[in-house]
Amino acid sequence: MDSFFLYAAVVLTAIIAIPAYRVVKGPTVFDRLVGTNAIATKTIVLICLIGYVFGRIDMFIDITLAYAILGFIGSLTIAKYFSSEKINVRYDD
Amino acid sequence: MIDITSILTIVFVAAGIFFLLIGSIGIIRLPDFYSRTHATSKSDTLGMMLVIIGLMIFEGLTINSGKLFLILLFILLANPVGAHALARAALNSGLKPIFPDNKKDKTEG
Repeated sequence: MDSFFLYAAVVLTAIIAIPAYRVVKGPTVFDRLVGTNAIATKTIVLICLIGYVFGRIDMFIDITLAYAILGFIGSLTIAKYFSSEKINVRYDD
Repeated sequence: MIDITSILTIVFVAAGIFFLLIGSIGIIRLPDFYSRTHATSKSDTLGMMLVIIGLMIFEGLTINSGKLFLILLFILLANPVGAHALARAALNSGLKPIFPDNKKDKTEG
């Protein structure tokens, strides 16, 4: 069962690397923020799985709770900050 | 060695990782910011819920299981709220959604 959690964590790491493409190459700043938000959500799951791989889930769960709350507050703050800027980007292609 | 708890854990975690993969592919492939928000919000919430339910089944009825349930509840509330706030910020700042008739006139805007 430990090896299953290890394989799941490796596959999830490969999945996390996919939205980094959108973070680097997004046309607007909101595309980059969506990519960052997706990476944060998947990282929460990854930290839980790593806790089971290491066998110390009682420590990693608190890290996961703090990371989830910080990611949510950061996302809301950045959304409120960028809400007042005017951008002119159209998806033409 | 293979009992019903392990089978349920493997099924739930594999299904959750499948939905997380669908969300990642949606972020890459979809053409618009709003459709990307749609993909990442729902697919990621469902996949995360399935993985954490699988871990709760593996853990049993302990205090760690309760903390995992708290994480599940928090993400279930927070992830759609974050996606909604981001989409509303984009709409307020003037980002046009992609439509078939919105694509024709490239003169204004």
